[in-house]
Amino acid sequence: MKVLTISKIKDGTVIDHIPAGKALEVLKILGIKSGSRERVSMAMNVESKKMGKKDIVKVEGKYIGDDELNRIALIAPNATINIIKDYEILRKFKVEIPKFVEGILRCPNRNCISNDKREPVTPKFEIKEGTARCVYCGGKIYEIEKFLV
Amino acid sequence: MSRFRHLISIDDLSKDDIEYILKKADEFLEIAIKKKKLNLLEGKVLANLFYEPSTRTRMSFEVAMKRLGGDVINMGSVEATSIAKGESLADTIRVVENYADCIVLRHYREGAARFAAEISEVPIINAGDGAGQHPTQTLLDLYTIKRESKLERLKIALIGDLKYSRTIHSLVKALSLFNAEIYLVSPPSLRLPEDLMESAKCVETDLKQAIEEADVLYVTRIQKERFPDEEEYRKVAGSYKITAEMLRNSKAIVMHPLPRVDEISYDVDNLKNAIYFKQAFYGVPVRMAILSEVMG
Repeated sequence: MKVLTISKIKDGTVIDHIPAGKALEVLKILGIKSGSRERVSMAMNVESKKMGKKDIVKVEGKYIGDDELNRIALIAPNATINIIKDYEILRKFKVEIPKFVEGILRCPNRNCISNDKREPVTPKFEIKEGTARCVYCGGKIYEIEKFLV
Repeated sequence: MSRFRHLISIDDLSKDDIEYILKKADEFLEIAIKKKKLNLLEGKVLANLFYEPSTRTRMSFEVAMKRLGGDVINMGSVEATSIAKGESLADTIRVVENYADCIVLRHYREGAARFAAEISEVPIINAGDGAGQHPTQTLLDLYTIKRESKLERLKIALIGDLKYSRTIHSLVKALSLFNAEIYLVSPPSLRLPEDLMESAKCVETDLKQAIEEADVLYVTRIQKERFPDEEEYRKVAGSYKITAEMLRNSKAIVMHPLPRVDEISYDVDNLKNAIYFKQAFYGVPVRMAILSEVMG
């Protein structure tokens, strides 16, 4: 029998079914870094029937916002979000990959207008089949996590 | 009601939209040839905002607007404007939209025209955005092919720098809508990007076969700055030069977006095959069609 060595949380968010090796990216999206005060548990390379291996992140006292959800969906398209209240699952849902994101990614094309610091422009991308396409220059991103703002 | 408010990318147009513009250009051809003037856009003002050098595009837009009865204002050189003082494109657009009914924009950054269209109250026509799009060039290329050859069941050879040329990239996308057979002739380092190659019926071949098979030879300049070694450039550039001798038994028309350097020999200019100056002229009726569409 396999035992998952990660404790339950009282209030907060559990993000399950993260692709193996992406948990640290998820923490980055949630703004958790050294010096952050949230209590965080993380499991990496846990065995999973569906995914083979997966990562899990639990954050005490933090409820995930839409913007963070969109970002997580981009790097963990099969992630499940559990909102926990008094040790019970208040809400459970799967992330949905957005078709369009704004201000979340930066364009890899340095000459794209969206990278011009003088202009009041917010980078915008259309998402299709795991690839992000810049609305302005048409530049494509294949490894999305590398271009998260 | 116009079919489109702005013209930013050839990707925004359907085959039907393209055919509509080409048909409309036909209606203005006679006026352009006879150098006459209509009053279709009388009282309207076109603003030319060119952040990069241009001869044919800027002048043909200006002529097109004047033949339609409208007026044109030019920004002049970037050095002589507030842009030299650090004014953003966004602010420039917000100022100029109050002076003009339409803005033609050429900018050094990719996506500049799309961004300008988001903030502008008046139509924006993309006259080239960095290495991105140049849709009016593509439309005039298609118009030239339609007038001087045929658009349906076309066999066309694209010759030269197929990797970096924005003209080539837009043309391949547009030709795929017409199911054209495309022969690609380029040095290995300047091949057409894979995703474009897959988007159309493309075959890589050599210059000799391309001249034998194609209805249209579309030649582009091989850009010296793309080669680390000048000697390598000379070897490559020389092997893609079209001469009158090579066209002796060919009925293919020769097109070029211009300016040329030495990829078409001057002895080709007097042959019936040489269409490139006519192609530059066709920019006038095509741009008349576009201007009348967005402002008419």
